[in-house]
Amino acid sequence: MGTYIPNTKEEQLKMLHEIGYKDFDDLFKHIPEEARFKGTLNFPKGKSECEVSAIVSGMADDNKVFHKIFRGAGAYNHYVPATVNAIANKEEFLTAYTPYQAEISQGILQSIFEYQTMICELTGMDISNASLYDGASAAAEACAMTHDRKHSTIYISHAVDHRVREVVDTYSFGRNTKVVVVPEVDGETDLKALKEMLEGDPSAACFLMQYPNFNGIVEDADQIASIVHGAGAQLIMSVNPIALGLLKTPGEIGADIVCGEGQPLGLGLGYGGPYLGILACTKKNMRKIIGRLVGETTDSQGERGFVLTLQAREQHIRRDKASSNVCSNQAQCALKASIYLATVGPNGLKQAATLCTSKAHYLAEQLEKAGLKLTYDKEFFHEFVTDCPDSGKLLAALEEKGILGGLPLEDGRILWCATELCTKEDMDEVAATVKEVF
Amino acid sequence: MKLIFERSVPGRGQDIFPECDVDIRLPETPLREEAPKLPEISENEMGRHYTQLAKEARGVNDGFYPLGSCTMKHNPRINEAMASLPGFTNVHPLQPADTVKGCTEAIDTLRNILCEITGMDDMTFQPAAGAHGEFTGLLLIKAYHKSRGDEGRTEIIVPDSAHGTNPASAAMAGYKVVEIKSNDHGTIDMDDLKAHLGPQTAGLMLTNPNTVGLFDENIMEITRLVHEAGGLCYYDGANLNAVIGMVRPGDIGFDVIHLNLHKTFSTPHGGGGPGSGPCGCKDFLAKFLPGKRVIDGEYTQAPESIGCVTGFYGNFLVMVRALTYLLFNGSDGVPELAKNAVLNANYMQEKLKDLYPVAYDTTCMHEFVMSLESIHKEKNVSALDVAKALLDFGIHPPTMYFPLIVDEALMVEPTETESREVLDNAIAAFRAIYKKIIESPESVAASPVTTPIKRLDEVGAARHPILKYDFSGEKAE
Repeated sequence: MGTYIPNTKEEQLKMLHEIGYKDFDDLFKHIPEEARFKGTLNFPKGKSECEVSAIVSGMADDNKVFHKIFRGAGAYNHYVPATVNAIANKEEFLTAYTPYQAEISQGILQSIFEYQTMICELTGMDISNASLYDGASAAAEACAMTHDRKHSTIYISHAVDHRVREVVDTYSFGRNTKVVVVPEVDGETDLKALKEMLEGDPSAACFLMQYPNFNGIVEDADQIASIVHGAGAQLIMSVNPIALGLLKTPGEIGADIVCGEGQPLGLGLGYGGPYLGILACTKKNMRKIIGRLVGETTDSQGERGFVLTLQAREQHIRRDKASSNVCSNQAQCALKASIYLATVGPNGLKQAATLCTSKAHYLAEQLEKAGLKLTYDKEFFHEFVTDCPDSGKLLAALEEKGILGGLPLEDGRILWCATELCTKEDMDEVAATVKEVF
Repeated sequence: MKLIFERSVPGRGQDIFPECDVDIRLPETPLREEAPKLPEISENEMGRHYTQLAKEARGVNDGFYPLGSCTMKHNPRINEAMASLPGFTNVHPLQPADTVKGCTEAIDTLRNILCEITGMDDMTFQPAAGAHGEFTGLLLIKAYHKSRGDEGRTEIIVPDSAHGTNPASAAMAGYKVVEIKSNDHGTIDMDDLKAHLGPQTAGLMLTNPNTVGLFDENIMEITRLVHEAGGLCYYDGANLNAVIGMVRPGDIGFDVIHLNLHKTFSTPHGGGGPGSGPCGCKDFLAKFLPGKRVIDGEYTQAPESIGCVTGFYGNFLVMVRALTYLLFNGSDGVPELAKNAVLNANYMQEKLKDLYPVAYDTTCMHEFVMSLESIHKEKNVSALDVAKALLDFGIHPPTMYFPLIVDEALMVEPTETESREVLDNAIAAFRAIYKKIIESPESVAASPVTTPIKRLDEVGAARHPILKYDFSGEKAE
């Protein structure tokens, strides 16, 4: 058995005696007999660190790690600068609690304040929270922010990642709110349908779009904003943060709330988590924003300092009247995102975005030349959809070469993704494989 | 201390990305007009910035962290090593099922062990934190009643000692929250419980031991009464460390639970996450569980699933850490956790209660609550003041002003990973502070004096919120 308990058995017994207990049974005697577990736990006995390391490493070895990845769909294979983990894994950050005790938590609080500032810069919003669980749960909380007595129906584009839609649906099952899906046409939100649906419903609270959308397309967000605001609803944009290195910001477009998956900002793939929920909004939504906020203030000697603030929205103060139950969030992931953004800087972020979109366009051209037709003739960022006569066959052939191809969709289509980690050589290999297979 | 933006110099930066090996092609859609004002900073300067921030943060590795209800136990290094294995970190969540056998095995092994520990039959790892697990568990309860056409059950009962997340989660799940009273012993007032049970009861949420650190001795009767009324029983696993291996929630009448892997199972808190809040349940609720998992080589979702609460499978790398911890401790080591957590708490309680009255003078579980009500009245020194005074002794303060049913509460949870010397030092610090309270109470109210920053103006921060850096000040320079 391995243990992290420092006190020896003798010390434990001595402590027990000192405070008036014979032994551990005596210490636990107030627990009713019928409530006690009397059996033996049915799993292996403890092992040394050496053995545990071998077992868990063996599990990691049982996974197939692809070094050439053309699959995104919500989890993107980006380069993680060496600074990110080296700094974020410092023990003071890693093993700290939520910074309720401001005097000894300025490091954590300031890092969150810096994160909030960077997210505002990236999105063009006025306010960012300290983080949420992931992009999908952030979208669900963003929708909840727009509810009031008169507005309770959530409109969501079909071109939003279905995983995000499913989480919005599940949260709505809890909150007893209605979710209406706005159809897509040619791979993007059907604007005519959107206008009709919103204008016909005075209870419309918000419209959630994805930017770029699930099919990789950069939708006409300006026009969507005008339709949504014209109908008296709020616009929520679910964004890819790398794309915002280039694309017009939600702030410039006039979005009211921004959510998004922060995973591309230095978090790695990690089989789906932990990731990072981004949530930001305009000033008018400040008191409705969900999750923790760090604010600047001064100490008793006039020095600048930081504290958790506007806590009257939160569960530990408001209990059942709180705007959400969020307590632990993804602070260390937010720290990683900040380190990533500080490492790459404004130029590096633009460069990453440029590499992604340039390579995706090259890949699309090569795949077309190899015989795969682009399903939509639309402007895309770093993902796009092709038709494919037999996606299973193609993806299997790629897998044999150690390549994770695009994500198979319905009707044999494939959602491809390219990032800065995809080389021209790799993309040519994918195109060549298409020619070999078909 | 300077903000990272104040260290930024235009034109500086770090070289991370390669030249583009294909033609540059930008989207023909509107582009942003102005670059984001991200820091422009060399690696050296940035490294020093964060090192300085780290020095002004405090983790478990910096010293004693007896934060009640948060179980700040040691975070083993091997956990981090395992969670950093490229065979886990470089796996795409949408890879084919037959290429993620290691992830599947890790998840299944962890699920089996946690079900055994809790007496549950099944579990989802989708919830990313404790509160998220609560919300998920309540949705299972909601789906269950709905599936039976029993939709008149609109109330969730929560004791007045509960964590704030309990009522908040119940409200998010669309329930009306009914608060019941604690009795003079700090546990549930059975008459008040009976008075509030009925055909409108969807369920009861309970932490046991509760938030004053007491095991509710009526627990079998409580769960029986809730079931009799047609409700389900929800176990908040925040305090599982007190009874792990000794009592199984599934054996004492609980139908659904959540665990906090970042408390009981040693994964680090990360300054406020990521955690992991798996939600376990009995067989009859398993068909409602959210999310997908690999079963027999296929990604599968439960037949009447409530849907999904996160995009993929939860905080997988946090789960790897908890698995590592459980394989290390094993079935024989797990009960030792509870024994020593409870011993350490009682040891401190016993050695402090002559000066700091405990709210309920009895054997506590893994934590105890002191009430500074009389000290506050007589000496005008508050629980907050004592908490801040501990900072000057290098000790992280206990949880303050919680639970709400105790006036001037300080809630101490030492955990099992602290040695006797650490406890003795903390006891000496508490006693030294008491001496100061008697001799010069105003000096206690003025603490901390050794921290880099003194008491902060929280009221001002909330009244005039400054939530991001103001770059215009910089430009004016």
